[in-house]
Amino acid sequence: MKYLEDRKYVIQAIFIIVATIYALKLFYIQVIDNKYKLAAENNAIQKNIQYPFRGLIYDRDGRLLVQNMPVYDLMIVPKEAKNPDTLHFCKVFNIPVDEFREKIKAAKAYSWVKPSPFLTRLSTQEFAAIQEYLTDFPGFFINARTVRGYTHQSLAHALGYIGEISPAKLEKPEYAGYLPGDYLGISGIESEYEKYLMGKRGVKYKMVNVRGIDKGPFRDGEYDTLSVAGENLVSTIDLELQQYGEKLMKGKIGSVVAIEPATGEILAYVSAPGYDPSLLTGKEFGRNYTKLQRDSLKTLFNRPIMATYPPGSIFKLVQALIAMQDGIITPNTGFPCNQNLIKCSHGHEAPTNLRIAIKHSCNPYFYQVFRNEINQGKSRNIFVDSRIGLDHWREQVLSFGFGDKLGIDLPNEKKGIIASTKLYNKYYGENRWKFSNFYSVSIGQGELGTTPLQMANLMAIMANRGFYYTPHIIRSVGENGKPLAKYSKKHYTSVDQKHFEPVIDGMEDVVARGTGSFAKLAHVGITVLGKTGTSENPHGDDHAVFVAFAPRENPKIAIAVYIENAGFGAISSAPLAGLMIEKYLTDTISAPRKRWEEWVLAGKFKPKKKR
Amino acid sequence: MALIRSSKLRQSLDWPTVFIYFLMVGLGWLNVYAAVYSPDNVINIFSWDINSGKQLAWIGTSVILIIVVLVIDYKAYDSLAYIIYGAMILLLLATLILANPIKGSRSWLELGAVRLQPAEFAKFATALAVSKFLSSVNLRQQNWQDHAKLVALTLLPPFIILLQNETGSALVFGAFLLAYFREGMSPLILIVGTVAVALFISTLLFPKLYLVIVITVGLGLWLWANQRILMRKWPLILMIYGASIGMIFSVDFFVNNVLQEHQQNRIKALISPEADPRGFGWNVTQSKIAIGSGGFMGKGFLEGTQTKFDFVPEQSTDFIFCTIGEEHGWVGSVIVIGLFVLLLTRIVKIAERQKSVFGRTYGYCVASIIFFHFLVNIGMTIGLAPVVGIPLPFFSYGGSSLWSFTTLLFILLALDANRKQDLTR
Repeated sequence: MKYLEDRKYVIQAIFIIVATIYALKLFYIQVIDNKYKLAAENNAIQKNIQYPFRGLIYDRDGRLLVQNMPVYDLMIVPKEAKNPDTLHFCKVFNIPVDEFREKIKAAKAYSWVKPSPFLTRLSTQEFAAIQEYLTDFPGFFINARTVRGYTHQSLAHALGYIGEISPAKLEKPEYAGYLPGDYLGISGIESEYEKYLMGKRGVKYKMVNVRGIDKGPFRDGEYDTLSVAGENLVSTIDLELQQYGEKLMKGKIGSVVAIEPATGEILAYVSAPGYDPSLLTGKEFGRNYTKLQRDSLKTLFNRPIMATYPPGSIFKLVQALIAMQDGIITPNTGFPCNQNLIKCSHGHEAPTNLRIAIKHSCNPYFYQVFRNEINQGKSRNIFVDSRIGLDHWREQVLSFGFGDKLGIDLPNEKKGIIASTKLYNKYYGENRWKFSNFYSVSIGQGELGTTPLQMANLMAIMANRGFYYTPHIIRSVGENGKPLAKYSKKHYTSVDQKHFEPVIDGMEDVVARGTGSFAKLAHVGITVLGKTGTSENPHGDDHAVFVAFAPRENPKIAIAVYIENAGFGAISSAPLAGLMIEKYLTDTISAPRKRWEEWVLAGKFKPKKKR
Repeated sequence: MALIRSSKLRQSLDWPTVFIYFLMVGLGWLNVYAAVYSPDNVINIFSWDINSGKQLAWIGTSVILIIVVLVIDYKAYDSLAYIIYGAMILLLLATLILANPIKGSRSWLELGAVRLQPAEFAKFATALAVSKFLSSVNLRQQNWQDHAKLVALTLLPPFIILLQNETGSALVFGAFLLAYFREGMSPLILIVGTVAVALFISTLLFPKLYLVIVITVGLGLWLWANQRILMRKWPLILMIYGASIGMIFSVDFFVNNVLQEHQQNRIKALISPEADPRGFGWNVTQSKIAIGSGGFMGKGFLEGTQTKFDFVPEQSTDFIFCTIGEEHGWVGSVIVIGLFVLLLTRIVKIAERQKSVFGRTYGYCVASIIFFHFLVNIGMTIGLAPVVGIPLPFFSYGGSSLWSFTTLLFILLALDANRKQDLTR
């Protein structure tokens, strides 16, 4: 019997082993594994985000550019919305039955007890129409929030729009604070200044039971936080000038960028064709967006910073400045207008000095300037000499803000292209190219690409005689905030101040007596200094370009006007730039200029290939 | 006479067990209150409207029950064992006929305001009967008639209970194997049983081919090391091997064709509750979340969110351990587990000091039944056992189960208190 008595140890051992296993398993799920704590919080503690008001945006004179407007989301809690009367529902909310079923399915897939949006962005009118029927549908309720609203139809490309965060972004660590369905700035200022505009979200924790029924605040609101409204932004845009620019560009394709040279502040930022920014708010967002996206004119394309064109004749200004800085020419250097070197279609007086050459945009003159710039005889080998020359030249061109992003506070800015050793090595092979391979760069064609913004910035450099501030579209964060520090830094070009006046002399002649005379504002006492250009377009009619700044002393505005497929800058872009300058400087259009206003508005420019 | 007996009883009663009992019942009562507590509608713990108030009534009546059990002449339990057993069988049959189905189960008898579950009381009745039977036969003797009688005695109540559709309560009777083991049953039965359960669960968890390979290679290695056994017992080994492989390939058939759907789901929930956390996996998932969220020290009395807001089903009855785990954390859980180990080892100690085979066997039956409940109830809340609806002794809300366990335990204490008189009998 003794051995049977020993079995009591076996039996007690079984008790203790089971108890030990349980204690260990409990230690694992209670102390080591955190997933149950998270799951418990998800279960019982509902986190309600309190969305703050998004910051407003004002123009430089305090006019409201972007505000908030109320919209209403119809939310659903599938568990409470058992068996709604489908037909009645579809009639009230005016949606097809299939869509209704699909949305119900999606909501159930998301969560049985948590609310999810069913119909979003209902307007105040739509909300009023359905409000009385809401009681017929348990499990549905209205969640009010705001969308962006506009008091004008301007500046859509720069303002950008907000939209639901994409699943791809949600997975990135920098968007960790966002939840599915959250809105954020997707383009333009809305995106660039998201962190200021969004404000600080508040959180309210409340406890819910298994049926999702509210059981009061969690720990009496100990962990709740209040939302803080987003910061308002003050833009550099002059809404009146902006709207005038958009009016003038109506029916055309292109860009107008105007900058205040003394600050780098962007006064007008026109991308044509434009669109009404309110199209991308509200319930019709999806439909409108698709429509704009499929538009053959590429309406959504943000031309001032994303379109790159060969700078054309305007680039001759840069060529002259660099050549003077390097001592290749002086203001009095003359070259023959040798049409054997390069075609020059203007029959004009002999370019016996730089001023005349600029006035007439003489191609052979700048061919010879650039040739001497590139081949300075630093090496006996013509290929090596060309490379040394090009590298030295390029470095200086870059100091004008070309070939790289200027750093405007808008997303997706393009760098542009400036001819480089790297590029030609790729084309021709190392030491297998020389000046003759890229002589067209001398007149702004060939391996050059610049954005309208960069060209407007070039005018700011001319106006400032050698430096620029990074062009920007937001002056300050907060209505009384200080100007943003990063935009108060002067960027100097490689060219000394003294070399600018001779070039500006040439620009004065361009408007006073040359190709830019349709921008002339002498009758109201304003000296406009400008340069026409034509961007060669292999796909169709050339693009008309005119850049200018005014007045000559203490300049207030620098501007670049691009009109695609309008041919010669002198008859389209130049008068438009003149109108913009006059509008900005005098606040009105003088009677003699009304004719040009009508001409530009009509937009019947006769394309004519000229250089 | 009664006075003498009561003073004697006071001296000879096993007070540690009584103390553990009241501690468990008291803690159970507080946790029943915590389980039904609702912060936005606080009801007094004594209120008859909630389970804690009712449980207090059950505890009060249990005290009366204890006095009755202790006052009755201890010899009656021995001499009336078969009669009590027979009466209980009749009651089970009567219940089968009279009961109104509740959630598919025909196991509840309604007596006015109270509902009783006779299946609960069948446990102590069967424990008495099998103890009585074992005190008259010797299990080690290979008398197949005795074995058959014992099997019949043990399996008749669970058979009727199965007919009532109370699978969980029926399974409890398997616990008697542990008591029989102490009384001389071959350990092979326990080992084979354990191995079969382990193999069953492994088959559900792992690919069949792997299991076949593991068993074949393992057995091969073992036989290679013990070649003498192979020589002597090769037919048996071949049989065991064949049975194991056969089991591996018949588990699917068993699960899919023999078990009812809700039973299949419970097995699926044990293996992968994630597969359908809102369906069959709900209980296990929510129960683990509640316990797991308790952390080391717990959220504090009445501070649990999972159990309060109805995420855990049956929280005051079968899932009472979730409240303990959530509000008192690992420390509280281990204290409860420790109390059970203390109680079980104390019962074994009591059983071993009985002079009669009847008393000893009964003691082991008590330990086995409580252990089985402990094993399955806590196991299911932490995902180590399938969800079988049986209560946690002394903790779970419910009159039938509290009365039943009280009777079960205090009959043993009554026998123990009088064990010295057995000598003089």
